[in-house]
Amino acid sequence: MKAIVVGCGRVGSAVAKKLTKSGWDVTAIDENEEALARLGEHWSGGFVVGHGMDVNVLRQAGIEEADAVVVATNGDNTNIVVGQVAQKRFGIECTVVRILDPARAELYATLGLRTVSPTSTAIEVLTESVKACSVKPLRAPAAAS
Amino acid sequence: MFVLVAGGGKVGSNVARTLRRIGHEVTIIEQRSDRFTALEEEFEHAAIVGDATEIFVLERAGIARPPDLVVAVTGDDEDNMVICQMARERYGVPKVIARVNDPRNEPHFDLLGISPTISATQMIMALVEHEVPEHELIHLLELRKENLEIVEVQIDKSSPSAGKRIAGLKLPSGSQLISVMREGRAEIPDSETELQPGDQVLAILEPGKEDELRQVLLKK
Repeated sequence: MKAIVVGCGRVGSAVAKKLTKSGWDVTAIDENEEALARLGEHWSGGFVVGHGMDVNVLRQAGIEEADAVVVATNGDNTNIVVGQVAQKRFGIECTVVRILDPARAELYATLGLRTVSPTSTAIEVLTESVKACSVKPLRAPAAAS
Repeated sequence: MFVLVAGGGKVGSNVARTLRRIGHEVTIIEQRSDRFTALEEEFEHAAIVGDATEIFVLERAGIARPPDLVVAVTGDDEDNMVICQMARERYGVPKVIARVNDPRNEPHFDLLGISPTISATQMIMALVEHEVPEHELIHLLELRKENLEIVEVQIDKSSPSAGKRIAGLKLPSGSQLISVMREGRAEIPDSETELQPGDQVLAILEPGKEDELRQVLLKK
């Protein structure tokens, strides 16, 4: 199975490595050549330097044979557009798009894009953590000193 | 008409100013605080500061009414695409116009069904084509939705079509001559019209028929 990861930052590179470990054939794309270093010394997958908005770069990464595309650049709107290009132009049904803004993530999910919003997840987890604290409030040590 | 302009640079501010002058209601959104300060002085409460791709910013600017028209003219193509898409899909804005900053992104606008688009680079290229004589076939207008385009052709002495009646030309199917300009006067030709050297001919055709048309009218 072949996957393309667009945007090889902290998230993209980690996803690329995890997929590789699970047996995927992964090619990462990043504008910045130095992003290759994030994949580690023993990176055996592909790496293409270029912008995800450039269809030639997507083709060079092998999007025409890809089974899945992960879009995780640092720009929400870039991700939204690149995700739709992968989905609509190249017909990759399994296109997953990171959108930090929960409102846009929700809207584009209703428009048929598989969106993931880490911000929503963070909000959820942080709120739950606080609630968990208030159930068992930490007490100050009882005049020990 | 109520128009929402996203992007308050030179293009956006001038569009907003002109629309207001001719009596339309306008809101303009600008992200940069230095630009916004100037816009606020001019447009007062009709200027909104913020990222026009954020839903709450769009809503503060009145997108939910919705506007009759949204004009997305920021310097970022992805932003313009997302603004237009959200305006149409979520708020039912009937008409959007988008600026294309990098003409290589034009196919993406098409893919997302965002039309019409305006690209300064392409307009300049069209003017350059008009000035460069070896471009024998000049693109005047592209009707994307209709899948048609209008081109201009200059007939000269060596053109195979010079001296021939239109009925006698083997024009490609999907093309038609719509006007012949001769000595400063334009006429609508019929099948009996004879083309002459010096004629400027306008033709309407389906994209992709240019080469066949060039062959019939001009090929030496």
